[in-house]
Amino acid sequence: MSAILATAHLKGPHVDFAGLSPLIALLGGATIALLAGLIRTRWVRAQVVPALSLIALGAAAGLSIWQWNEGKSIVSGALRIDDLSLVLNLILVAGGALAVLLAWRSLAAREAAHGEFHALLLTSIAGMSLLAAAQNTVALFVGLELLSIPLYVLCATELRREQSLEAGLKYLIVGAVGSATLLYGLAMIYGATGATDFGAIANALSNGNLTTDPLMLTGIALCVVGLGFKASVAPFHQWTPDVYEGAPTPVTAFMAVATKAAALGVFLRFFDIALVSAQSTWGPALAVLATITILVGNVGALGQSSLKRMLAYSSVAQAGYMLAGVVVSTRLGIRATVFYLAVYVFMNMASFAVIVARERETEFGDSVQGITGLGRERPWLAWPMTISMLALAGIPATAGFTGKFYLIDAAVSGGYTWLGVAIVIGSMISLGYYLPVIAAIWMRPAPAGESASLEPSSPLGLPPAPIEGLPVLAGGSPELDTQPRSRRAQPEVLIVAFVAGAATLFFGIVPQPLFDLVHHAGSALGGLF
Amino acid sequence: MPALSIILWLPVACALLGATASLLGRRTGVVEAVTLPAGETSLPGNPLNRLSTSGGFALLGSLGALGLAIGYIADYSPGSHGLEHVTDVVWISELGIHYKLGIDGLNVFMIGLTTLLFAAAVLAANLREWERPRFFYFNFMLAETAVLGALLAQDLALFVAFFDLMLIPFYFLTGIWGRQPDRVRATIKLVIYTLVGSLLMLAAAVATGVLASQQGGGHITFVLSSLEHLPLSRGSQEWIFLFFAAAFLVKMPAFPLHGWMPDGYKAMPIEVLMVFSGVLSKIGAYGFLRIVLPLYPQAAAHFQTLMLLIALASILYGSVVAFTQTDTRLIAGYSSVAQLGFITLGIFSLNPQGAQGALLQMVNHGLVVAPLLFIVGLLARRAGGSEDVRDMGGLALRAPVLATVFLVVALATLAMPGSGNFVGEFLILLGVFKAKLVIAIIAFTGVAMASVYALRLFIRAMHNRLGNGAESRELSVSDGLVLVPLIVVIVFMAVYPQLALHRSEGSVKAAVASAHTDAAQPSGEKVAGTSASLPTVVETGGK
Repeated sequence: MSAILATAHLKGPHVDFAGLSPLIALLGGATIALLAGLIRTRWVRAQVVPALSLIALGAAAGLSIWQWNEGKSIVSGALRIDDLSLVLNLILVAGGALAVLLAWRSLAAREAAHGEFHALLLTSIAGMSLLAAAQNTVALFVGLELLSIPLYVLCATELRREQSLEAGLKYLIVGAVGSATLLYGLAMIYGATGATDFGAIANALSNGNLTTDPLMLTGIALCVVGLGFKASVAPFHQWTPDVYEGAPTPVTAFMAVATKAAALGVFLRFFDIALVSAQSTWGPALAVLATITILVGNVGALGQSSLKRMLAYSSVAQAGYMLAGVVVSTRLGIRATVFYLAVYVFMNMASFAVIVARERETEFGDSVQGITGLGRERPWLAWPMTISMLALAGIPATAGFTGKFYLIDAAVSGGYTWLGVAIVIGSMISLGYYLPVIAAIWMRPAPAGESASLEPSSPLGLPPAPIEGLPVLAGGSPELDTQPRSRRAQPEVLIVAFVAGAATLFFGIVPQPLFDLVHHAGSALGGLF
Repeated sequence: MPALSIILWLPVACALLGATASLLGRRTGVVEAVTLPAGETSLPGNPLNRLSTSGGFALLGSLGALGLAIGYIADYSPGSHGLEHVTDVVWISELGIHYKLGIDGLNVFMIGLTTLLFAAAVLAANLREWERPRFFYFNFMLAETAVLGALLAQDLALFVAFFDLMLIPFYFLTGIWGRQPDRVRATIKLVIYTLVGSLLMLAAAVATGVLASQQGGGHITFVLSSLEHLPLSRGSQEWIFLFFAAAFLVKMPAFPLHGWMPDGYKAMPIEVLMVFSGVLSKIGAYGFLRIVLPLYPQAAAHFQTLMLLIALASILYGSVVAFTQTDTRLIAGYSSVAQLGFITLGIFSLNPQGAQGALLQMVNHGLVVAPLLFIVGLLARRAGGSEDVRDMGGLALRAPVLATVFLVVALATLAMPGSGNFVGEFLILLGVFKAKLVIAIIAFTGVAMASVYALRLFIRAMHNRLGNGAESRELSVSDGLVLVPLIVVIVFMAVYPQLALHRSEGSVKAAVASAHTDAAQPSGEKVAGTSASLPTVVETGGK
């Protein structure tokens, strides 16, 4: 025994630090942000910590670009660094950076102690990045949990607002059910194929007669349900409106764009690699699910007076559109989905930035009243919101049109013409809630109540009076700044709105750079047409 | 002639320049803010003194586009039917979408009409004060660019993009500057109605490109000239045809799909309505000729009877409602429904005469309805702001010039022999006569009914006793500036319709050719005889 041990050539596993570097940047950034948040200087916590997270995100983006065209598997095949995961990394980082800017001087970041807030945000992005690169079911599950758990906390960071706590708790419970279902599904797939590796699952599926195996089919179905919870695919979307509405707006913005990108990324990878040979089995089912999602999301959004709730339902519908690209499981489908995800970041961020700005400026919160009459008063906020609404509705000259065109193109060439028609029918319904927002911005006078809020004594967006006996939080007691706040939203919020709106318009007219970006992502997965 | 991109982007570029100049002017205080009371009253004096910066630039842009369009018409050689002045750049290579523009006999006169009506409408708009003029003129000019884009586009995806984009400026124009009661609701209704059709068309257009290239086995393309050589299977053609028809019929509007029209017409500012009714409604009809007939000929032949019946229903319904309405705008609106019914009738006769008549009638109707609506605005001002014919009457008393101008327009509307509209309707009915006899006979009654509503409007507004609270006032110089050029063109088209007919003949024949053979084949009709008789028809029609 000892002889064997002595002769065995013990050597540590090879670690490809280059491939892991974007992840390391994100997790390292999270650690540093957490530590920097412990410094008691107010300025450091409020200004340096967000700057550190931006640096970490920038580093992750830079390292992702550095790894371009590498196309390798790392951590003994658990993760795959290819153009698909790198493009998704960039999308996630873009969404994360915009969310950091929105959260910079927000109530949520202040109440949760800045260090923790940003550390959680970065950890969640790391989880998403892991998910986008996952190449076996274990990495998939670890990534999903790493993504979700920080988000549960982030949703509840506005400690003094009941709705925020409720959102966090709701998300935790529903998310846990989703994770459990997914885990169960993964276990069944393991039971049927004896493999956790995506490639091995695909081999087992195509070699054996597994496409009709009940264990396998149940496993696939449970995976659809579990991932459906994360991507808010109907009928597993019920948590979305409540959580989106209750969570602090910067967190909602982050969830809307980044979680969606990660969840659809894993849909692409898991279904179009591991389960691709069973496509004829799950394809039609997923297509029906996509159609239901499109209808439920769009109908649910009609008549909502809370903008965040409206955008929550709209995000459900958009997830349905993007599933079309997964269903067809062709390279074109992957490209169309990734293209739409990239565009989706900008479209959504523009409107969320405007909502953040108006929450800080008016007393209406995220109600549609907050943006009524904006066209006359604040054209620089009105334009991004208008462009964003038009883009989400798929009007030409915005990136949303090109994205939708691409998705319909993918659906039709994949033999799912009716799914393409479902997408346009969904878009028609969506006009019923996007257009009234534009009407409110441009065609109605500002509500009279706003003038009342001009009085300096009015507690604009300030938290209600502190609750007695609140426990001391890590990173110092929550800062209740009572200094008078400006009525104008901070410049970084305006910049986010402007940049996102301009990008939406720019990529609508000159989409070629994005097409080049997603072209390689589509070719990254082998075995597809 | 300069590249087509110039005429396409000139309007919106001028509007942006105007907005910038106006912003800078306001900053530096160079441009005096025009302080005139808002309202509908047109003030005497030299109208050019009252141009706002953005309005002036918009006028410049629309006049520039008009000048270019006249150049293109003069430049277009009769008898040719190929594309001229082609611009062809790859826009999105992954999707096979080209930025391809071109002029042929189908669109050259539509471009002339569009630029003329926009120039007239911008001039008319400059006679009034607008809140937020920069945004107003930006939307107005964006609308012109989008309409021109839809007309010039020689790529299916580009056409769809411009067709959808067209609506957004009108959404703002109606929603912000429309007439007060219910304008927002009316606007949303209008936009949803028309965009619903457009989105169906989007799916159908993508399907056309994908399925055609799959059958052809090549790379995906949306260029119209390539798609014409990649015929679709009959089954695909049929559903795609229905989707396109939905988009175009809503836009026109045709009878069962006209629900947005009354509210929309009532809400729009009259200057906006001039171009909306004059130009946008024609884009639908143009789309049939440009896209549907060449690309889906079998489906067009298959649904010929259905489309003719819809057209017939539009004629009868529009005419009957037009002479029961008292709101002058709605009289114009329902008469448009009837006139567009005639145009659809001509197109779906699926023979060259009918289609040529339809094309001529598109131009004629645009020329007639825009001044008609402008006159409605003038009449309303003389009737104390009311647009109801019951409040008018006797307005001709001290306004002989206005009455004459109105009479010319009214007579052209009812297709008096000697007017361009007469030639158009004659050709349309001739075409239908050859295709479906019974439908042609019923459609003849529509011609008679047109005279009822047109003359009724004229008599109730201009003759009889002077209405309560109405005053008879002559046309002002600035209003005349808007109307006279339009009247001149109406008279010109009446005297010399061959200008349009000769130049469009080749392209129209090419557009309906395949649908014509498909329609003729089942009944075994001879094709050669019908097209050979066309030149004589043109000659007799002109007299």
